[in-house]
Amino acid sequence: MNQLIKDIESKHLKAEPPVIRVGDTVKVETIIQEASGKERSQHFEGLIIARAGTGVNETFRVRRIFQGVGIERTFLVHSPKIRAVKVIRSGRTRRAKLYFLRSRIGTKATRLRNLQIQTTQEKSNSAD
Amino acid sequence: MDQKELGLLGKKLGMTQIFDDKGLVVAVTAILIAENVITEVKTKEKHGYSSVQLAAFKTKEKALNKPTLGQFKTKNLEAFRKLIEVRTSEDASDLKVGDEVNAEEFFKDLEKVDITGTSIGKGFQGFVKAHNGRIGRKSHGSKSKRQIGSLGAGTTPGRVLPGKRMPTMLGNETVTTQKVKVVSYSPETKVLLVKGPVPGKPGAQLKIKAYGIKAWNFKNKALAAK
Repeated sequence: MNQLIKDIESKHLKAEPPVIRVGDTVKVETIIQEASGKERSQHFEGLIIARAGTGVNETFRVRRIFQGVGIERTFLVHSPKIRAVKVIRSGRTRRAKLYFLRSRIGTKATRLRNLQIQTTQEKSNSAD
Repeated sequence: MDQKELGLLGKKLGMTQIFDDKGLVVAVTAILIAENVITEVKTKEKHGYSSVQLAAFKTKEKALNKPTLGQFKTKNLEAFRKLIEVRTSEDASDLKVGDEVNAEEFFKDLEKVDITGTSIGKGFQGFVKAHNGRIGRKSHGSKSKRQIGSLGAGTTPGRVLPGKRMPTMLGNETVTTQKVKVVSYSPETKVLLVKGPVPGKPGAQLKIKAYGIKAWNFKNKALAAK
């Protein structure tokens, strides 16, 4: 990509983008402009099933089951309308896109095995 | 003279998206504004009409033929690839040959521009793509999937009428996108951001004019003055 275009984009990137992974259950806090002009925040909680795009166009897709119906929303990582992304739980995944969850029913559709990140300390301990 | 009457040449860099002050996404095209050196100022007295000739995109001298190169040499200018002429309402006596057009002045308080360029060449295309034709049935033994269909009646007139739309070369023609909104212009980087698409691929040469300022407008003004 052209360096000048990269420079334009870099002004619109967040200094500290949210640290999220596919398989995380997150709570996304979005800002909503009401008709009266007031700003209100709204939450969307669900499982991250995909990430896509690069730079200013980077997105993540959150899936939740609401009243028995699956809902997916795509958020721009660098959008100023997203105030915070809170990771509630991290799941272990072996693939980048969790589209197979769409055909699942019940608890299996929303729960993944917990992610266990081994620190270097733990690794050396287990080696002993 | 108003700088906005002049035009500018630029190079399309490509498209991206940015967030506006409300936090909403705007699709923008980035255009690098070229040097835009004034090569000639034509006057009513000498040439019969007022206009300004501009050049942009520096090139090697050997890339030009001798008559074109001579145009620059006689004025002690560098060699440029592209020359355009812009009509002005009155003689631009305040402009000097060799000066650059003040792009910052041009884009100051300017909301909309017209952008002219060469559209992306699509080659020889069928009737459906070239003229928005209807497609036939794809299944059940259909033999008219993307056919042009009937060319006209039979014995009378007994020929295909002139102007009948047929498969043709598409694109690679001069196109003007009008009323393109200016998002921002940065004098340091010389990058213009406009909302939405403009003709051509990245690297394409574009001509930028302020929206609503046209040579025929000058004529109308002149008539009104009389």
